[in-house]
Amino acid sequence: MIDLQLIYWIAGGYFAWLAAAALRDRGNPRRHTTALFWAIVALALLAGERLPPVLMGAGVVLMAVLAGCGGLRPGRYAQSSAEEKQTEARRLGHRLFIPALLIPLVTLLLAVGLKDIEVLGQRLLGSEQTSLIALGVACLVALAAACRLTRQSPASAIEQSRRLLDAMSWAALLPLLLAALGSVFAAAGVGTAVAGLVEQVVPADNRVALLIAYALGMAGFTMIMGNAFAAFPVLTAGIGLPLLVQGHGADAAALGAIGMLSGYCGTLMTPMAANFNLVPAALLELKDPNAVIRMQIGTAIPLLACNIAIMYLVVFR
Amino acid sequence: MDYWPLIGIAWVVLGFALRQNPALVVVSAGLVTGLAAGKSIIDVLHLLGEAFTKQRYLLLFLLTLPVIGLLERHGLREHAQHWIRSLRGATLARLLIAYLGVRQFAASMGLTSLGGHPQTVRPLLAPMAEAAAEADLPPLDEAERQRLKAMCAATDNVGLFFGEDVFIAFGAVLLIQGFFAEHGIRLEPLSIALWGIPTALCAFAIHALRIRLYQRRLRRKAPPA
Repeated sequence: MIDLQLIYWIAGGYFAWLAAAALRDRGNPRRHTTALFWAIVALALLAGERLPPVLMGAGVVLMAVLAGCGGLRPGRYAQSSAEEKQTEARRLGHRLFIPALLIPLVTLLLAVGLKDIEVLGQRLLGSEQTSLIALGVACLVALAAACRLTRQSPASAIEQSRRLLDAMSWAALLPLLLAALGSVFAAAGVGTAVAGLVEQVVPADNRVALLIAYALGMAGFTMIMGNAFAAFPVLTAGIGLPLLVQGHGADAAALGAIGMLSGYCGTLMTPMAANFNLVPAALLELKDPNAVIRMQIGTAIPLLACNIAIMYLVVFR
Repeated sequence: MDYWPLIGIAWVVLGFALRQNPALVVVSAGLVTGLAAGKSIIDVLHLLGEAFTKQRYLLLFLLTLPVIGLLERHGLREHAQHWIRSLRGATLARLLIAYLGVRQFAASMGLTSLGGHPQTVRPLLAPMAEAAAEADLPPLDEAERQRLKAMCAATDNVGLFFGEDVFIAFGAVLLIQGFFAEHGIRLEPLSIALWGIPTALCAFAIHALRIRLYQRRLRRKAPPA
């Protein structure tokens, strides 16, 4: 049976390989700290559930310090020239899309169609977190297809991914770090405190007012924090879960999904989301750093109103 | 009611406002919040480590990188650019709306790295949009040209944001699932992803309408003297 643990081991092996490659990369001025960072990620995937949580917590703090002190740098990678890429693009054509499309297609096929399939009386995929297992398997299938198409080895594929990962750097971990922050927030009672503040303003028995407070809160918090992922655990623990899901029986999947998208409306309107709003303005050499935000407000506000309307229509079914 | 833990939120706001490294801001905010809630440093590290391990599935999307890296080395981006170029219609609005649709669809299949500001907007979309405007609309002054480029960047953002949430293995979907699982509510990622579709359609409709209105305004505008 393929279960999540196996996928974690594969991912852990991948990061261990990346850490070793980073350590050998003499083109990287900070190769030791870069390697250490990815080695901690590998350790978390390979043995996270067996390590004492305090040690893992210390590892997380160490990673944040490494990231904060500029310990992660890009190195040198075996790259092909622009000309080679053009030639290959012409030679392979639309076939290049096949492995890329295999990732979502195989994921969907396994997670939905073949979810409960059995081979020789054994489940093929573990019953826990099936879509994540499906994603892991899909990546391996797509990798095999890509290697076949380009006549390259998996090792060279990993080498190519090093360039992408180093470009993302610590940002690749940000969703996970924000999720961990959300758990700490929840344990520390941040949600309760936010709910307390909201209850003073919004009557808890008025579900429409609560819904509006949740959606506007998601957008507002995202504008303050620059990231909907950071706002989601705070607002959902404060309003969404206790007052709407538990209080008024709202559908958690729809509320969560549309709540998150209300946060995205906030992302369109804030300079805090520098990657999306300020960086392109600089890249396009615009005089006004907020020019992109100005163009987005006209989409964000009506869309936020649509989100509130959709939520009202679907979450209380 | 204990309002001290809210100091963690203020910490995040301040850290981001002062342009500190986001990873450092987030982790230190966790420490500050835990300490403000009266926990010991060992307890906070325990919480942080436990949460990190429990939710490490948020790293699994990185397994797509070897495939993308290998394909990019063999001209995936170049081929995508040829292909998008062949989509060129006659007008600015058609170009931007087609880009919005393709970007949103690709993101909903998890192919978020097929576009982006450095990859497609600056080298491809912005020049093509300018060319389309020059061919079809009254001459633009410099300020209007800048707004046009900003519209290109905005179109990329809208397409990305309201497409990626429909992909089941995307971080946001997993974060939502993880949050509710932590509180004893089990959800299927697919059901969360499907609830992203109504908003995705609205986003496309609203932004496409705005692009059309924008083009109409440019068309009616008297050429600068």
